[in-house]
Amino acid sequence: MTDASMQGGAAAPSRKSSIHTIDARTKKRNAAEARFKAYGLAAILVGLFFLVVLAVSIVRNGLPAFTETTVDLEFVLTEEQYQEAEGTLFKTAAYTDFFIAGLREQLVEDGVEVAFDEDAIERILGKVGGNLREFYRANEDKLGEPVSFTMSASSRVDGYMNGRVTRDGLEDSRFLMATDLDLVDVLRDAGIITQSFNWNFITGADSGVDNPGGAGIGASVVGSFFMMIVVLVLSLPIGVAASIYLEEFAPQNRFTDLIEVNISNLAAVPSIVFGILGLAVFIQFMHLPQSAPLVGGLVLTLMTLPTIIISTRASLKSVPPSIRDAALGVGASKMQAVFHHVLPLAMPGILTGTIIGLAQALGETAPLLLIGMVGFVARGYPDGFVGGFTEANSAMPAQIYTWAARADVSFYEKAWGGIIILLLFLLTMNIIAIILRRRFERRW
Amino acid sequence: MPLLWLFLIVLAIAAVGYVLGRSRALQSAGGDSRDLHSLPSYYGTNVAMKAAVPAFLLMLVWLLVQPLYINTVISGAIPDSAISDGANLGLVMSEVRRTAEGLDALVAAGEMTEAFARSARADLGDITQRLQDAGQIVTSEVTQPILRAAQDYRVMNATGSLLMSGAVIVLSLAGLLWGLRESQAAFRARNVVEAGVRALLIAAASIAILTTIGIVLSLVFNTIEFFRLYPASDFFFGLEWAPSFSGRGGSSELGVIPLLWGTFYISIVALLVAVPIGLFAAIYLSEYASRRVRGIAKPMLEVLAGIPTIVYGLFALLTVGPLLLSVFGREGLGWMQAGTAVMTAGIVMGIMLIPFVSSLSDDIINAVPQAMRDGSYGLGATKSETIKQVVLPAALPGIVGAILLAASRAIGETMIVVLGAGAAARLSLNPFEAMTTVTAKIVSQLTGDADFASPEALVAFALGMTLFVITLGLNVFALYIVRKYREQYE
Amino acid sequence: MYDAPNTELHVTQNDIKIAARKVQVYYGDTHAIKDVDVDIEDKTVTAFIGPSGCGKSTFLRCINRMNDTIDICRVEGDIQIDGEDIYDKRVDPVQLRAKVGMVFQKPNPFPKSIYDNIAYGPKIHGLAKNKADLDEIVEKALRRGAIWDEVKDRLHAPGTGLSGGQQQRLCIARAVATEPEVLLMDEPCSALDPIATAQVEELIDELKQNYSVVIVTHSMQQAARVSQKTAFFHLGHLVEYGETGKIFTNPEDTRTESYITGRIG
Repeated sequence: MTDASMQGGAAAPSRKSSIHTIDARTKKRNAAEARFKAYGLAAILVGLFFLVVLAVSIVRNGLPAFTETTVDLEFVLTEEQYQEAEGTLFKTAAYTDFFIAGLREQLVEDGVEVAFDEDAIERILGKVGGNLREFYRANEDKLGEPVSFTMSASSRVDGYMNGRVTRDGLEDSRFLMATDLDLVDVLRDAGIITQSFNWNFITGADSGVDNPGGAGIGASVVGSFFMMIVVLVLSLPIGVAASIYLEEFAPQNRFTDLIEVNISNLAAVPSIVFGILGLAVFIQFMHLPQSAPLVGGLVLTLMTLPTIIISTRASLKSVPPSIRDAALGVGASKMQAVFHHVLPLAMPGILTGTIIGLAQALGETAPLLLIGMVGFVARGYPDGFVGGFTEANSAMPAQIYTWAARADVSFYEKAWGGIIILLLFLLTMNIIAIILRRRFERRW
Repeated sequence: MPLLWLFLIVLAIAAVGYVLGRSRALQSAGGDSRDLHSLPSYYGTNVAMKAAVPAFLLMLVWLLVQPLYINTVISGAIPDSAISDGANLGLVMSEVRRTAEGLDALVAAGEMTEAFARSARADLGDITQRLQDAGQIVTSEVTQPILRAAQDYRVMNATGSLLMSGAVIVLSLAGLLWGLRESQAAFRARNVVEAGVRALLIAAASIAILTTIGIVLSLVFNTIEFFRLYPASDFFFGLEWAPSFSGRGGSSELGVIPLLWGTFYISIVALLVAVPIGLFAAIYLSEYASRRVRGIAKPMLEVLAGIPTIVYGLFALLTVGPLLLSVFGREGLGWMQAGTAVMTAGIVMGIMLIPFVSSLSDDIINAVPQAMRDGSYGLGATKSETIKQVVLPAALPGIVGAILLAASRAIGETMIVVLGAGAAARLSLNPFEAMTTVTAKIVSQLTGDADFASPEALVAFALGMTLFVITLGLNVFALYIVRKYREQYE
Repeated sequence: MYDAPNTELHVTQNDIKIAARKVQVYYGDTHAIKDVDVDIEDKTVTAFIGPSGCGKSTFLRCINRMNDTIDICRVEGDIQIDGEDIYDKRVDPVQLRAKVGMVFQKPNPFPKSIYDNIAYGPKIHGLAKNKADLDEIVEKALRRGAIWDEVKDRLHAPGTGLSGGQQQRLCIARAVATEPEVLLMDEPCSALDPIATAQVEELIDELKQNYSVVIVTHSMQQAARVSQKTAFFHLGHLVEYGETGKIFTNPEDTRTESYITGRIG
């Protein structure tokens, strides 16, 4: 086989072979080629598949957070009934009875029949009697006239309406019985139980661990907003100043090298380490308030600075030297050349980089865990502008984490919903950045 | 809001300085700005700069030094007898601060007069009660030394703020006068202002260094503190991670090995997902894809990189975990106990890293000169032979660098492992078991109930130090390789 | 315009290796090569000359279908090697390129050892049955590339470590190693110093004993030194083709004359 004459014999015909007939070896090589190409295509498709799965699970799990299930009932309570209820021992129970009576009446009017008891109402609506009593004690003038009540259904019923809870998977418990679902179906058909857009989710604040239905992301959006103001106000000027120095003025020396090395390393330091820095320096050492957007903003500023510096330097670099020469040529100082000519020309690029840096900061969670923006229940909006920076608050990603970490699975839906809001913000910021780039991009 | 007011006052002085300096310079030139050395606005800026910059610097330094000084004085004044068993000075000091803050809050809410808060004869029980009623304190009872220290603390803080305000305003005014004296026609205002701006630019650039120093110092000091309470050898070589939950007990086992194992195991799974997919995607995009496909697929893949990690964390916890559990769990193959596992976190982290690996590799593959490819095609090589035998070997150092950078990302990633990997520290080979990582434990040790001065909390800083050193080493090495590689073709 | 019957007069007894008829090349919307007809002989050095951008390199790259690697490039017309159409659907460019080797403007050794640089082609085409066989092919190729004596002691040193002239001879040896029948050279000396150029030119002269060599060059002196036939390209047209001596001393077309005397180009 390894005989020299054999090889010569094998090589010679291939030399004179026709290029119109494809030999076996080339066929094999072409098959290998096709396989290799298929691996590449498969890799792309797998990557895109993951993206689709991610998108689908976000949308499918998150959309129900934007709807709420309510029970609407028009209800009349007469003066006598009010006095009677206030006179009994279990006052709220009496109101519940009135409510049930009213509901039955409504159902009879609609011509449907279904059996239910007080406990079922409680499982579906919570303590309805207490709500009624509270309303009438505050508005005694409404006695005797029809009042339409809109009450939120329990999170389990909400889940049933959204398809999260199904009859198959349901085990009777004190939260929900299978028979309750019959009632829910009837009430839905009668138009008493309806679904509507959940504004409270967008504008509201976080609720306690026991009330997933009432949780909203509004307060943490405000927290994130104040944090982003801090990041913007600090990182844009500092980042631009640092970039101008490094790109335009810095001499080639050890100090400049040191700065460069530090920036490139900081860009790769894990975000959690910035959290440790924030905890140790801003909270332990400087005693700034915990959980405050101010501290979150400071930490995120330090984290975002390298990104902003890197992109700013790139856009400064893209301004051709001829512009600088032209300014220097008419007698401007170097400082004037940079601030009057180079910087304005580089501005669109700088803004684009800053927005992308902000978007990154907006989604960052890990450092916020360490400075106490998690586990904390942001129950309300801050008072005023200054309070927005210093009062304890949450931030969007931190709020999402808080919900994800709660034991009640009903909060998961809120977490996914929060992600939708967060991604909408990120999407908007990125689109703005793209538009800026498209509109102002200059080719020299 | 005295700080904000002080800030505004200094700004106001600077603004006044600007106007005065500008008009004074003009006046000295007889109203003709052509006789001035610089534009009039430079004279104004010079004055404003001198009024504001030193004053703000003083403010900053004061704000940093004052708490340190007060802390030293107060802790020096606390008698040893006030430090109970099992506690240390740090714990007592944080109690002092809490008490002081509680008193502040009560005074601010109008529930206590300033005089009462300062009174030395105040009844301890009464104060404790009132603090607790206002929801201000968590410790059982305020002791006499702590109350005394807290009262001193408040007084010193108040005096300090007052002194600072005075000093800052005086300095600002002095700067104003100095600047105004200089505002003469012949004064080279532009050069001075430019030198000042230059100094500001340098200061901004130095923040990068300060940040690094801040990171290193905050890690080093707390790590040393930790090793004082817990032997370093037990930390580095301990095979068990079992912190006590009380937060003060001495029975914690704080060995880092199981955490490092979990970290590396998850990172390896992540790289096993990300590197083949990312690399093949990069090869396809740079060598095969038409311009249109590339224009669509590349940004789509990069979307994966722009998604916040919390989203991936939730994806791991609520989508991938249950999915894996249904296949490998009790109903399937029976290898998996719960949705959180090395596999869950690893796969999701791998997905996150795909665009990272692919865009870095894409850059590196594109940096291989076209002449190399031509040379290979000219010899009759197919595309895949060219890629495998010419392009990839040429790009190998760069790709290794990219993989190292991805590894460093994986090791430092927090949210995915916090939500997807589980909480139990384990030395196991089964990838379907829950394990935990360095980053996840940093979070749990610092967000728990443990006091910051206890070893259970301080260990987080030692973990942070470990993490910082590992990722920094990987980054420096990777950047070195990538840079070497780039130089080869430049 | 190139006058076909006229060139017939100068054809020597060598066989026609490559025959091109009505070749058109488009880059996107640009018509880069227009109506080129040419017959290239075996065991001859043919030089393509002309000003920059005249299409001589583009036409060269059509002969081994290197233009296929450029997405926007489109070739029409008919090119035959030994009477077989190379743009036929049945032709695999990979097989064609083994038969038509190419050397590029800038030396482009792979970032591998000298030995692996040479062995790469034989390996992918399966020309060697074993290691000893491969060693022999490598030595033969390096000897043909006139570089064996310089590198025989460091075959496993990286090819990128050689000097520019050595690198280019290495690339020629690499092209020779796959046993091609035609050797295309795209300005092989443009990146080399005069001494290295002289060595490569000497090598080209030797190579013509076994191969049909087509060389694109910027330098008219080089074309005069190494080639037997010369083709002059201008603005995508083949203006004139004939014996090198005739082209340089007695051109028929005025454009050729202007170029040779330095008035255009």
